[in-house]
This record gives sequence, structure tokens and C-alpha cells, in this order.
Amino acid sequence: MAVDVNQRRAPAAIEQPGRLKRLSRSKGMMSLWFMMPAATILLLFLAYPLGLGVWLGFTDAKIGRSGVFIGLENYAWLFDDPVFWLAVFNTFLYTVVASIVKFGLGLWLALILNHHLPFKAILRAVVLLPWIVPTVLSAIAFWWIYDAQFSIISWTLVKLGILTEYIDFLGDPANARASVIAANIWRGIPFVAITLLAGLQTIPQSLYEAAVIDGASPWQRFRYVTFPMLTPIIAVVMTFSVLFTFTDFQLIYVLTRGGPLNATHLMATLSFQRAIPGGQLGEGAAIAVSMIPFLLAAILFSYFGLQRRRWQQGGSD
Amino acid sequence: MASVGIHDVRKSFGSVEVIHGVDISISDGEFVVLVGPSGCGKSTLLRMIAGLEQITGGEISIGERVVNLVPPKERDIAMVFQNYALYPHMTVQDNMAFSLKLAKAESAEIERRVKEAAEILGLGAYLERYPRQLSGGQRQRVAMGRAIVRDPQVFLFDEPLSNLDAKLRVQMRTEIKALHQRLTTTSVYVTHDQIEAMTMADRIVVMHDGIVEQIGSPLELYDHPANMFVAGFIGSPAMNFIEGRVARDAGETRIVSADGVRLPVPQTLQAADGHKVVYGVRPEHIELANGAGGVPAEVSVIEPTGAYTLAFVKMADAEVCAMFDERHAFRPGETISLAPRTDLVHVFDAETGRRL
Repeated sequence: MAVDVNQRRAPAAIEQPGRLKRLSRSKGMMSLWFMMPAATILLLFLAYPLGLGVWLGFTDAKIGRSGVFIGLENYAWLFDDPVFWLAVFNTFLYTVVASIVKFGLGLWLALILNHHLPFKAILRAVVLLPWIVPTVLSAIAFWWIYDAQFSIISWTLVKLGILTEYIDFLGDPANARASVIAANIWRGIPFVAITLLAGLQTIPQSLYEAAVIDGASPWQRFRYVTFPMLTPIIAVVMTFSVLFTFTDFQLIYVLTRGGPLNATHLMATLSFQRAIPGGQLGEGAAIAVSMIPFLLAAILFSYFGLQRRRWQQGGSD
Repeated sequence: MASVGIHDVRKSFGSVEVIHGVDISISDGEFVVLVGPSGCGKSTLLRMIAGLEQITGGEISIGERVVNLVPPKERDIAMVFQNYALYPHMTVQDNMAFSLKLAKAESAEIERRVKEAAEILGLGAYLERYPRQLSGGQRQRVAMGRAIVRDPQVFLFDEPLSNLDAKLRVQMRTEIKALHQRLTTTSVYVTHDQIEAMTMADRIVVMHDGIVEQIGSPLELYDHPANMFVAGFIGSPAMNFIEGRVARDAGETRIVSADGVRLPVPQTLQAADGHKVVYGVRPEHIELANGAGGVPAEVSVIEPTGAYTLAFVKMADAEVCAMFDERHAFRPGETISLAPRTDLVHVFDAETGRRL
């Protein structure tokens, strides 16, 4: 079919629209419009409270009195405050111990649930229970379990003749720390276990068969196949787990309110304590703000941990 | 290298028996292909040889040793999986070295063997790459390399070419065959593709519904299929089947189809007059009839491929495919006269499906 070349070459009459009209038609402008609602919500509900918190940390605001800017005075004060440093220590102890145990037990549970077990679906649902129960509710349950007079643990041990007197779970500083950590572990395991289980199920069965034929023992299969293939998911899970644990508030607040002798005060509970019941909004905000560097460090750690490893990068096919 | 013996092997999953007593003896250095449609039990049988599935009944031996209860790693076998099963987080080098590393071989020995295997397979340039960075064919080669470095008694292949495109499949099957000619290690190869089976095997085992239908060399199966299943499974395009009865009159034996068409058969056919049979003839064994004596056929579709011409026709009340080396330009609806090559037709018992 012959094509009339001249006709094709003929310049089309393009109308020159006005500047405003062109702007409104541009792709960038359009995307800006579409982004607006989401951006507004983010700014309003995320950035504003965060900004307000940071600002409060630089003021001497109290409840009922909007403060004035006092620079780093709050932070200087906190720097010399032994209770603040105790709370920092507690937060680290709480986060490190609870996260390590949650990871260990969670991985173990995930490995067990990944096998063909009878009643597998029910078992998985049961494992999730601690995670779905509201924290306050499970904290109250633990409060009873740890009660100085009615503790079921103490009662059982005494009845079995292992102990002669009841354990003071929440009254003794060391016991109290161990108790709140145990409660946090109980609550946090399901998240780790179920997420790692999901990760385990993405590992093809044939890799294990290949490893069996290659002569790998069960431990070697875990060491050389399961674990390396699970590392990307472990990085995500543990980042979240660390963030949740580091900022924990509810468990401590219901169980001990930071006591005894501030032995279980975390940065979050101390911040609340100073700001709301104590009325020192500026100081409380400063404590909360001083958590940010630690949280950023955890996020950066995971960011680098999460970077796709070389073996995950796409091939040419 | 070793022979492999499979004696009355059975396999049940729960109460369902999927392999009903299979006997195969594979000699040392032989390349045996297990072929059959999906669900015929060929992969299960291979996995039992590998030790990945328990054996419900019977006996499997590798060399002199009965391996029913021997764990896979002590069977001295290597397996190539359909999806390659390469460890994604290990380089090509580490993938191939993994079994030797687990066996605590010396690092110089590991390196030597990996290098050797990589050279055989042309993988030398890719040793530092990860499986994701390789094409399908290269991954397949790595999977074979992983098997080769172990220098096993038996190679097991579980549909290794199914994930490759058609062109690469043809190339790789030649490579695997060449590799076997070079290494002469006993190999058991599972596929559902009869062309792969025909081109690669020393001997083919045709399986169907958990039993062995026939064992033989590729040409034996092609020339003398034991029953209708093997006849229909081996060969492409598939053999044509026409139902009919044996008719003996005036000292001449013929097969008469339901609509009365008389089909020529060898006069040595051992079957009673009136016996119900199935007449089988391969597309490539049908010729155009010269003059009288042909069977009339109505053309429905013509498929020219360049190398040969396929004609789908209606003949003796059946859909029949005929294959001609020459190029014909028949029109649909045209009636042509066809002549099956009498010496190459097959007659099967209609009830049992057995060859007569």
C-alpha cells in the first residue's frame, strides 16, 4: 500500500495553549495533586506531633502553662539525673534480653510448626493467642501470676515442696526486671514465630532434598540452607521486634509502674511519668526525644541488614 | 559405577497404592529412561531409588547392596532436580563443592574436582556467579556439575529439561547424552517426553498407572510395542487406531472396520475369524495408493511443515493422521486413496489391548 509521504510530513497545526493550562496538564503537576491528600494526612498526624514533641523538649512547659524556649537545659538536667540513666540501662537490658530470647524461642517454635504435625492449624492459632490478646489484658493476667500473695507459680512451687515461701516477683528489683522481661517475651514470641514460619515456608522442599543427597545432617541443613535463606526475613522481624520492645510501655505500666525503686522504669514509662503525672511536659518530652537516636540506630541497622544480598539480586533471564 | 536392581517394588501413600510391583534391572553404565504420562509413578520410583521416599514393599539394590533402609547420603547417588534445586545463596563454585565440603574432603581436592566438572560443562567463567545471575541452561549445567563432582555410582535425573525452552531442551539432551558417553556412569532419567526418551536412552521403561508396560530399546518399542498403550505413547505424531474385526475369506486375511472398509494386514496374523481387534498404523507408514487397492479417505486438514506434510483424514470411520515426505496440496473435503504399509501395521486385541 502506497503512503503519501508528503501528507505524512505535513506539520500538524498544534495550538499553543497558555502557560497555566500547560502547567495544569503536566504530569508532575498531576502527580502533585494526587499526592496531596496523603501528604496532608502524614504532615498533620505524623510530622506535627513529632515536631511538637521535639519542640516541647526545648521548653520548660508544664501542664497548664505553655513554656518558653530554654535551649538544651532539659537535656543538661537529664544528663545529671541518675534515674534517667537507670531508665536507659533498664531499656537496654529489657530490649536486648527480651529480643534475643524472643528470637531464639520464636525460631525454634517456627521450625517445629513447619513440620507435619497433627492439628497443625490449631497449634498455629494457639501460638498466635498471646499476640491477639490486648496487652493490658495479658499484663493484668501476669500481674496475678506475679502477685505476692496469690501467685500461681509460688503456690505450685510451695505445694510441690520446692520452695518454703512465696517469691516476691515484683517487689525485688532483680525479680521485677526478670518478671517484666518474661512477660514481654511471652507476648512477643508469636510475632517472631509466625513471621519466621512464613519465611520457612518459602524455602523450596527440593533444596532440602538436594542437601540430604549431598550428605547434610539435620543441623547442617539448618546451618547451610535454612538459616542463610531466612536472613532477610530475620532482619525485618528483629528490627520490628527491637522497636516494639524498646518503646514498650503498657506491660511495665500495668505491672510495676516502673518500680520497685525505678528498677523497671523504661525510657517510655519514665517519660510518661515525668510529663503527665509529674506535670513536667518539657522534661518528659526530652526523655522521649532522647529515644530517637537509639531507634534511628536500630532502623539503620536493619536498613543495611535488609539490603538485598548479592545472591538475591536478579539475573539476566 | 554400579548396576541398579528393582525387584517387585511397591509404594503406597496411605491406603492408596501408586506403584504396583515394578521389576527393572539396570546394568552397569546403562542409560535408562523411565517414561510415562504424569501420575504414572515414574518420579516416585526415582525418588525411592534416591532414598527420598520410603519403599513400601520389594527391594531396591545399588551394586551388590540392598538400599531399602540406607539413608540417601550413603547410597552414593547424585540427583538432578527438575527445578535444579541450586542453593541460591551460594556461588556456582560453592554449589558444586557443597557435598565435598560436607564430606570433609581436602580443599585442594575439592578445587580440583570442581574445576574439572566446570571444564566438562563449560562453566569455568561462571564459578563466582550466583544462580540468579545464570540463564536456565547454565543453571541446569550447574545442577549437573553438582552431580558430577561427587563421582557417584548412579546419576538420577528427575525431568531435568522440563523447565527449559524447546530449543535449549534439544541442545541439553544432546549434551547429557554426550556426557554419559564420556563418563559412562549408570543413569536413570525420568521424563514424560517420549522424544527425549527415544533420543537419549539405551533402554526405555514405559510406565503407566504404577506398572511397567514394556521395557526395551527405543527401536524395539517403536517397532514392536507390546500393547496399545506403548504403541500410542511412543512415536510422534501418535499411532492411528481403527476398531474392526478379523475377516478371513478366500484364504486372505483382512481387518474390516465398522463401516465395512477392508484394511490390509500381514497374512501371518494369528487371530480367529470375527475376533474384535484394533488396527494400528503409524502416520509415517501410510502411503498414497497407486491405482486400485487403496482405502478411501476424506481430507479434513493439511499441515505442511516443510520437512514433511501431515494430512488429517477421515478413513474407515476414524480420524487418521498420515505423514508424507512429499509435499501435497490436497484440498479439504477431497477424497484421496491411502495404503497402510502392510508389513508395518500392528494389530491389537480390542479387549486386552495386547499385541496380536
